[in-house]
Amino acid sequence: MTAATLIQSSYFVAAVLFIMGLKRMSSPRTARGGILWAGAGMLVATLVTFAWPGMDNYALMLGAIGVGGGLAWITGKRVAITDMPQMIALYNGMGGGAAAAIAAVELLKGGEHPLTLYVLAVLGGLIGAVSFSGSLIAFAKLQSLIKRSVRFPGQQIFNIAVLVASAAAGALIIVSHDAGVTDVAVFFLLALALGVLMTLPIGGADMPVVISLYNALTGLAVAFEGFVLNNAAMIIAGTVVGAAGTLLTQLMAKAMNRSLGNVLFSGFGETAAPTAGEDRGSMKPIEVNDAAVMLTFAQKVIIVPGYGMAVAQAQHKIWELAQLLMARGVKVKFAIHPVAGRMPGHMNVLLAEAGVPYDLIYDLEEINSEFETADVALIIGANDVVNPSARNDTASPIFGMPILNADKAKNVIVIKRGQGAGFSGIENALFFLDRTRMLYGDGQAAASQLVQGIKTV
Amino acid sequence: MIDGFIALYIFMLAAFTGYEVIARVPVILHTPLMSGSNFVHGIVLVGAMVALGHATTPLGRVIGFIGVVLAAGNAVGGYVVTERMLEMFRSSGEKKP
Repeated sequence: MTAATLIQSSYFVAAVLFIMGLKRMSSPRTARGGILWAGAGMLVATLVTFAWPGMDNYALMLGAIGVGGGLAWITGKRVAITDMPQMIALYNGMGGGAAAAIAAVELLKGGEHPLTLYVLAVLGGLIGAVSFSGSLIAFAKLQSLIKRSVRFPGQQIFNIAVLVASAAAGALIIVSHDAGVTDVAVFFLLALALGVLMTLPIGGADMPVVISLYNALTGLAVAFEGFVLNNAAMIIAGTVVGAAGTLLTQLMAKAMNRSLGNVLFSGFGETAAPTAGEDRGSMKPIEVNDAAVMLTFAQKVIIVPGYGMAVAQAQHKIWELAQLLMARGVKVKFAIHPVAGRMPGHMNVLLAEAGVPYDLIYDLEEINSEFETADVALIIGANDVVNPSARNDTASPIFGMPILNADKAKNVIVIKRGQGAGFSGIENALFFLDRTRMLYGDGQAAASQLVQGIKTV
Repeated sequence: MIDGFIALYIFMLAAFTGYEVIARVPVILHTPLMSGSNFVHGIVLVGAMVALGHATTPLGRVIGFIGVVLAAGNAVGGYVVTERMLEMFRSSGEKKP
């Protein structure tokens, strides 16, 4: 068997393993095996690539894999579960950057190639570079390295101008067929600037959708560079991720009742927009012991977790609390909003980590009719996803977003760090209801106190 | 080897495959799946290796080196994070209703 046949057949196997792996990852029962399949595909593809004919620079190659892989291994193993969204953004950005680097190397090589090859190399480079710099900004925002959204008048027109400029620089490379270093450098600098400019005005609450979009874009960039390099594994894996990522992005935007364009261009997501002049009443605090009694003597409690639970690492305590209540005959259910936390399914992952079984966890559609029969809705660290303004206040920026109807429960207990507004900066009408009581404190501390309280009831 | 319309057909079929694989995924798996697909496009590593392997100028080597570093980070980091996320599904894996 020649090296070429070995490489091509291995790439074929890798492509099959990727698709099978992704397929398995889309069902809870087989998900764990899925990543192993995909991982095996990656290992096979990487190993045989060393046998690619006519290659040089092996020392550099091994060094680069050691540096990049080693750093990613260490950071990936160490990062807290709650910080995973930004790590996905970071690793995704690296993939986009790699696609852009391939484009740069190929474009600088020059020589005569078919027109489509140049077009795909430039397109892949543009998308990859945008995904790279955009993902880094998303990472910085979620990591709180950038705390404010940068907006200025005429921003969108400016961004469009940068887009046109980078497209023009790309077109110049395509037409000239023998691009100099300066041409290529200008093109990539413009593309990188575009990614930064596009992402800066988007508020933190919208970052999950943005990360998912960049994930899809990186897939597309990889596929395009796969065409340039004549590499079937890259084409197939990249395209599959591009399509899957696009669908995932749409699902996420839909869960927030927004269009993708709205997320990218409306500049919403952090703007404080309190309904002016309206007397909403006041927030009414509750003591831990009273809250414990209320929970213990309830028949049905629905727990609504949000990002605050993730920040406080309170999932284990909350599960302990739920188990205590269930031991006393209280019916406990967990209600999870599709966009609770920083990513869809974020809360599911955390609850799974704490050991909460699937059959206690319910989606928005499954549980929403049940709030009316619940004695207590216990909100821990969730805010916008239970804000009734989304249902009835047309002036609210989140009007129209499907929410969990926690306000329909007979009593509402909200565990919250302080009186401030949520991540999106919107006042929550739920907190001012007559049947709502606020339990102030860090999520984990408050949950521990509740556990103690229930034990003594 | 792969050119013209064959390439277009591959692109089209792979796109449908990606769409179908995700189409009926439960919300619970959205984050792990995004992470998993993030890992899969780490295949860019093989492209970056080939680009670096064929680079002849110093500048080409530098850019190729950066490309491989980034791609390896994508592949390894994507795997580690996904694996850790899915690991949590182990204990309650049998309890699905």
